[in-house]
Amino acid sequence: MPIVGIDPCPDLQGDRHMATQSRTARTHGWRVVDIVVAAVLGVAIGIIFVGWNFVGGAGYEAFNALTPGLGGLAVGIWLLGGVVGGLVIRKPGAAVAVELIAALVSAAVGNQWGITTLYSGLAQGLGAELVFLALAYRRWSLLPAALAGAGAAVVEWVVELLLFGNLAKSAAFNVIYLVTMIISGAVLAGGVGWALTKALAASGALSRFGSGREARTDV
Amino acid sequence: MSAVDVRLDGWGWRHAGRSSWATSGVSLRIEPGERVLLLGASGAGKTTLLHALAGVLGSSDEGEEAGSLTVGGERPRPGTCGLVMQDPDAQTILARVGDDVAFGLENLAVPRDEIWPRVRAALAEVGLEVPLDHSTERLSGGQRQRLALAGALAMRPGLLLLDEPTANLDPAGVDEVRDAVARRVADRGTTLVVVEHRIATWLPLVDRVVVLTAGGGVAADGSPDQVFERHGAEVAAMGAWVPGIGHGLLPRQRPEWAGAVLSARDLTIGYEADRPVRVVPAFDVPQGLSTTLTGANGSGKTTLALTLAGLLPALSGRVTASSAIAPGGRTDPGRWRSKELLTRVGTVFQDPEHQFVAATVSDELAIGVRALRRPASEITARVLELLEQLHLDRLARANPFTLSGGEKRRLSVGTVLATRPAVMVLDEPTFGQDRLTWVDLVRLVTAQLETGTTVVSVTHDRDYLDLLGENHFHLEAAS
Amino acid sequence: MSVPNPAPHTLLDRVNPVTRIAAAVVVSLPLLLTLDWVSGATMVAVVLVAALALGFGVTFVARRVWPVLALAPLAGLNMALYGKPGGAVHLDWFLVHVTDNSLRLAIAVVLRVLALGLPAILLFTGIDPTDLADGLAQVWRLPARFVLGALAGFRLVSRFVDDWRSLASARRARGLGDTGAVRRWATMAFAMLVIAIRRGSKLATAMEARGFGTADRTWARTSTVGRADLVLILSSVAAVSAALAAAVVTGTFWAVWS
Repeated sequence: MPIVGIDPCPDLQGDRHMATQSRTARTHGWRVVDIVVAAVLGVAIGIIFVGWNFVGGAGYEAFNALTPGLGGLAVGIWLLGGVVGGLVIRKPGAAVAVELIAALVSAAVGNQWGITTLYSGLAQGLGAELVFLALAYRRWSLLPAALAGAGAAVVEWVVELLLFGNLAKSAAFNVIYLVTMIISGAVLAGGVGWALTKALAASGALSRFGSGREARTDV
Repeated sequence: MSAVDVRLDGWGWRHAGRSSWATSGVSLRIEPGERVLLLGASGAGKTTLLHALAGVLGSSDEGEEAGSLTVGGERPRPGTCGLVMQDPDAQTILARVGDDVAFGLENLAVPRDEIWPRVRAALAEVGLEVPLDHSTERLSGGQRQRLALAGALAMRPGLLLLDEPTANLDPAGVDEVRDAVARRVADRGTTLVVVEHRIATWLPLVDRVVVLTAGGGVAADGSPDQVFERHGAEVAAMGAWVPGIGHGLLPRQRPEWAGAVLSARDLTIGYEADRPVRVVPAFDVPQGLSTTLTGANGSGKTTLALTLAGLLPALSGRVTASSAIAPGGRTDPGRWRSKELLTRVGTVFQDPEHQFVAATVSDELAIGVRALRRPASEITARVLELLEQLHLDRLARANPFTLSGGEKRRLSVGTVLATRPAVMVLDEPTFGQDRLTWVDLVRLVTAQLETGTTVVSVTHDRDYLDLLGENHFHLEAAS
Repeated sequence: MSVPNPAPHTLLDRVNPVTRIAAAVVVSLPLLLTLDWVSGATMVAVVLVAALALGFGVTFVARRVWPVLALAPLAGLNMALYGKPGGAVHLDWFLVHVTDNSLRLAIAVVLRVLALGLPAILLFTGIDPTDLADGLAQVWRLPARFVLGALAGFRLVSRFVDDWRSLASARRARGLGDTGAVRRWATMAFAMLVIAIRRGSKLATAMEARGFGTADRTWARTSTVGRADLVLILSSVAAVSAALAAAVVTGTFWAVWS
């Protein structure tokens, strides 16, 4: 981002700008604080997953078991990592990183899906990531968030065809499942994720991030 | 590495998204081996300056720089200076003590066979006698700060930067850190810059004092005697504890004994049934007086305070409240409903952030009163009253988490005062506070005492004890 | 991170954590190709035998396994109700079609859930995060910046038991402890997130001040792979091959895409 301001020492500024630029380019723009906070978000959301596994997992399974695909409505929470990761950190790969770390935590604590949690996590993160990429990593408001949540849902649906053997279920089931997952992704992941990011920004915790700076109002 | 010099020429920094400069026009020369104490009001950019010297201020998208700043003749590069910051919890990087100290050496690409000897030497230098695989989780605050110092010293920096390193430590911890630093700089092989408002701790060590103004440059620069003689009052007004300029407060007239409002008998306290912290055979909190609890780390002062306040169930034995405050004859605060606690025993936690639940300062103050189902007009009036009393009026709509340390502390006290409890329990109220907030807090507490409120404080602050230690209880180390 | 029921010491301790992850992947991916009961059952049997052989006690396995056991039948139930119809029809109502085929698939799914869930439980317990990070960075050569940065962030959150207690006490003290548990937990979780991110930002500064992330680095601890790792990987390949082979041999192999 270009600096606009007083520049009494142009040479010094230029050198430093160049040095910073090359270092930034090499590391794809990820600062150490981006990495650490991505991990923090990932773990925190992973803990939410663990909680939701118990609440939503059993409910999801029971609901899903009995209904033709309506269980998809509960899936949104598990898609939160990608959306929040992208919205807070705003760098390529953030959505995947946060969702994957969250999935890792969820798998490490132990859940009913085991290693497939990681595959899902990767897929879900990728789904959100692709949406943010399509928007050139420049749009971070509510609609992009909802789209990212929906994107994560779609990719997860595809992956589950293999993972849960959904390919072997009826077409009606799969269509309903896809629709409910998209709704859940958009609302529970996109909507909640966007609200959460806004609240975090308001608390000043994100002051080192673009997401925090544009939300702050100096009081 | 040998000591390096520091040169600033009209230097300034503005954080991205802010309208005012954190510092501007700072011109300063520090010679190799010099020891400087950096002072200034909060917000004067001291931390910004230290971070700039350490080379960690952030890239061009995090702010804008003016003027020039060099360390050892070059632009500061991260890893060439040792930096120790205020928060012990946010500087421990790895899980094992040895690994944490080795971290900096790994980053500097020191060959492995040199790393571990240097790690051991650094730990010995700061006096942290624990095995290398000791868990960093189970270190006290003072030990963590010494660990951070060891990590910095192992890198053999030419410039050592300390940003309020002892603010969150008890007196023993403060001395440990100061002594460790003194040993390192004794041979003048390291330049030292310290930011601290407890000046007396570092005065014997430093040979120069520099005072910064908020948003501006250097206000004073010279030997400690020179600066304090000419600018002592100004510096004290900025919040530093200038030697010779005290708080000017006097202890109040201590009232007579009027019975105990809370009593503990045969109390075993702790967080888990299988790991009791200590046993307290008998303890009385006298009505209307200020009770102070002191003791070493791990002696259970906070645990006792929380148990008395009804927030932590006693493992055995009981806490009894006097009939003056017990609701309907139920005398065990641990059994009272949360709403009943509001008007009876209020607790101010050590970390104000743990108490915040609302999005604005006004809402935060209103929470307790609202929980009591008071009418809206009463709530508004009470909030306005408190905002004025706490000097937080202009921050009414701010998010509590964005307040400064002192403001957060006042707000946390305010949330407890809102419901006018009969007993107030404070856990380390003056922890890490500068002189201004300290005076504010002591005045607030004294005002409460004057209205007949009983106060219980857990503290290690000697000045606080002098003024408010009307009923002092010292906890020996638990066996 | 202190775990309430620490993992037992087993032969897996000699294996590099990254190999354990690789083994978990090896053992799971091929199973996704088929949906039949033989491959699932074979894998479950192999894993249980291996668990006992490696030194995981029966009580430990039972305790960690029961959530999977409890929920697996539900996954099967869904398949029974909505699986591809075929063979004799047992129940036909609206979108529900319980048939021979769907029942067969249901049983296969239950066993597959177990087959996918059990290895992870065994392979992932007792992994030390720092050792894992060392393995990822030194053995798999992932960028050290990301691995160590993530480790630091991870450790920060896992220290939160004390903070959580403090947050809960604070809410009781503020008159909020009686009702509205869900709302209370939400504010607690939010406060923790704020505190964690703040600490994370400060930690990042501390790490940078120690020279992190700029140039090449050396390692104070070594992370190596040796014979034990080879044995684990080869055993994993053998186990999953046996499972699939069993399915092929008994003619029950059923490709997911058919």
